[in-house]
Amino acid sequence: MLRLQRRRWRIRAFRKRRNLRAISNRTDQIRSSDILLFSTQRNEGVRLPYFLKYYREMGVDHFLIVDNDSTDGSLDYLARQPDVSVWTTRASYKRARFGVDWMNWLQMKYGHDHWCLTVDPDELFLYPFCDTRPIRALTDWLDASSIKSFGAMLLDMYPKGRIDAAPYSPGQDPLEIASWFDAGNYTISKNPRFGNLWIQGGPRARMFFTEEPARAPALNKVPLVKWNRRYAYVSSTHNLLPRGLNLVYDEWGGEKASGVLLHTKFLDTFSVKAEEELDRRQHYGGSKEYIAYAEGLKDNPDLWCKWSEKYINWRQLEILGLMSKGNWA
Amino acid sequence: MSVGIVMLVHTALGRAEQVARHWTAAGCPVVIHVDSKVPKAAYETFRDALEIDPMIRFSRRYRCEWGSWALVQASQDASEMMLAAHPDVRHVYLASGSCLPLRPVEELIAYLAERPRTDFIESATTADVPWTVGGLDEERFTMRFPFSWRRQRYLFDRFVELQRAVGYRRRIPAGIVPHMGSQWWCLTRQTLTAILQDPKRPKYDAYFRSVWIPDESYFQTLARLYSTNIESRSLTLSKFDFQGKPHIFYDDHLQLLRRSDCFVARKIWPHAERIYDAFLTDAARQKNRMEPNPGKIDRIFARAVDRRTRGRAGLYMQSRYPNMGWENGVTAGKYSVFQGFAELFQGFEPWLTKATGAQVHGHLFAPERAEFAGGQRILNGALSDSAALRDYNPRAFLTNLIWNTRGERQCFQYGPADNTKINWQISRDPNAQFSVISGAWAVPLFKSNRDFADLRQEAAALQKIEAKMLDELRSPDAKARIRIWTMAEFIEAPMEPLQLIIDEIGQRPSRRLTEAPRLEDLTGFGQFLQNLKNHGMHPYLMGDFPVDPAPRHGQRPQRKPYLVKK
Repeated sequence: MLRLQRRRWRIRAFRKRRNLRAISNRTDQIRSSDILLFSTQRNEGVRLPYFLKYYREMGVDHFLIVDNDSTDGSLDYLARQPDVSVWTTRASYKRARFGVDWMNWLQMKYGHDHWCLTVDPDELFLYPFCDTRPIRALTDWLDASSIKSFGAMLLDMYPKGRIDAAPYSPGQDPLEIASWFDAGNYTISKNPRFGNLWIQGGPRARMFFTEEPARAPALNKVPLVKWNRRYAYVSSTHNLLPRGLNLVYDEWGGEKASGVLLHTKFLDTFSVKAEEELDRRQHYGGSKEYIAYAEGLKDNPDLWCKWSEKYINWRQLEILGLMSKGNWA
Repeated sequence: MSVGIVMLVHTALGRAEQVARHWTAAGCPVVIHVDSKVPKAAYETFRDALEIDPMIRFSRRYRCEWGSWALVQASQDASEMMLAAHPDVRHVYLASGSCLPLRPVEELIAYLAERPRTDFIESATTADVPWTVGGLDEERFTMRFPFSWRRQRYLFDRFVELQRAVGYRRRIPAGIVPHMGSQWWCLTRQTLTAILQDPKRPKYDAYFRSVWIPDESYFQTLARLYSTNIESRSLTLSKFDFQGKPHIFYDDHLQLLRRSDCFVARKIWPHAERIYDAFLTDAARQKNRMEPNPGKIDRIFARAVDRRTRGRAGLYMQSRYPNMGWENGVTAGKYSVFQGFAELFQGFEPWLTKATGAQVHGHLFAPERAEFAGGQRILNGALSDSAALRDYNPRAFLTNLIWNTRGERQCFQYGPADNTKINWQISRDPNAQFSVISGAWAVPLFKSNRDFADLRQEAAALQKIEAKMLDELRSPDAKARIRIWTMAEFIEAPMEPLQLIIDEIGQRPSRRLTEAPRLEDLTGFGQFLQNLKNHGMHPYLMGDFPVDPAPRHGQRPQRKPYLVKK
């Protein structure tokens, strides 16, 4: 069954390739050992300078980005970057299964046999020792350990005080503003179908979903994969097929190595975005999440609480038990 | 007299080149074996770069798979070439392309010159060490292994099973006792030539050719035949993880490596610029005459193995989600659950806080909200008091609470009116101290001012729930420290069990409890129970309460006044 489903997603991705129009295709620069980053973006121009800088410094060699009908000039900006290939589309984000079809197509075509990192422009990837070792150290180690996929939980970051209190300017480290997070209120259950863990919790569950916890957004992600053209992401990067790739956790008491995606969605840009998304209704589950935010944000847009933790570094997250070095030392 | 280096190289040729030059610069001749898997062009560039150095030679190339005989052949050939070409070499050091000398080569030369008869080779009998991966220890010497463990795992496993099933055993050549150990050795010319020129060598080679992982046993076994002085340790610092692959050193290990005082380390990540720079070019390092001391590195890697195999107790997270029974600690720390105490005693929670110094919560699993200590709405780790969030996954709520408050003892109240789904989870947790006064839920009912029909209904419901909870606590699977008293039992001598519980919590140095919590006034409670019985609802969990004699004159026995001594 899952094999059929995987096939379906791949065929679908193949068909959706026609949505995409290449604006600057620099994929001929990609060398066989390069680490690639895949992303979809819409009107994230303000975030892109820091985003590109962050991942370049980490050691990403090439960026493959789908622009979904931006109107803020971010497409031109991306087209000017020497290590970015960018495609544009005016097609529906929703009907491309929230961009997954586009990602799957680009990965199928360019990602085969590469380590592929799939992140949104508001996600900053952290892995153990990321302050002292480039991402290639991680992928070399994963290769040597015969590990094909690497999990990184989404960790919602938020400012202290109103979300719109401090304006974010291009190139700025978003963690200067959104530097707080919830350390220990995550719940986990296993998805028997795909074998992935389903993680919920954090400030969004605590503030917006106290009545309907089951609807709180999923936080589990598998963003880093040694890609093979037969693989396919299923639902965002929450899970993929074949399902062995979702087994990024240990079931016998040990800890596998894992990272964190710092989710810097809650900046001053968020309220505008939430309103826009409400109009477009292009997000998951009838944009219920955004409706909940719009409701919650009207009353009290302060996600901060007395027990919020201030972000320091990955080692702090390791100690808190949000990520693990596993066997890597 | 000098030290000859045999280098087995298969990747990162650039680094191997750097290291080879480093050795020869200090006067050590080098013989390099390059794996035949290395493409011709890369090999030739590498060779051209190094061949001009008269101290460097290249030995015959073999195709070296992990754990294959070819690795031994490569070492044999290269060693023969070394010994023949450099008669002044007294020790031969076997190293890989990703090995890096950490101390000035002169120090290694001097160290070995002081020990001219010593062979440094880790060598232990299979019976005595649990090193082996894959469960094959003695069998690796008594079976045949025609299939590759890496590439033909299925056939490898089946063939092992087959040999086990039919009881196949090879004969070990007479005179040798299988030993194994790290493949990186440093042997004297005497020992090495004795091995290589042994007339029985064809016989031994034929035997070891089909031993599993011969590179960890060939020299380790044969050295035992000829060496007069084996120091069973490797001079190469090399740590292995739980899968048996070497740990890798990165730039952030620089200080650790410096302080280890080891002569050579492997494996170094080829892109670890700072490490290579520091150890290959930094000539101004202080000389030391210390013995190698890898203790600290050992601890770091031992911790990594422990983390990967056992993990942190009580942690549930994205990369650790143990199956039931494999948690290795259901929760992160000890905690106490009190059922019926807050009902029976006035001000039990403040009293308990004072007596133990622990964090004392109300009913954490109460229907309206989690009653955190001090009426807080949110607790450590931003844990919310929302009942809906809590009941969405009560186990996660509890394990999160205990994890978030590591280092601070947690106590909470519990009872049949709470969410009881968590009851059996607690009962199977050895970290829980679970104390129950059964039937105490009747006290608040007795005190309340409600219609008797309501009371009767609720009492019946609570009794049913608590009976089920007690069954769970009495199940053979229960692993918590569980104590159950009936209410009648408890109030007879309340101080004794209280003292027991408090001592066990053990937060403060044990002393006699000076102040007991105040019992609720139970005058009329027996009659209340009797009334329930009269209405057909038999309360039994609280034990036997006599119906108190109705006070005839509306008088109570007077308490004696306290004596105040001066």
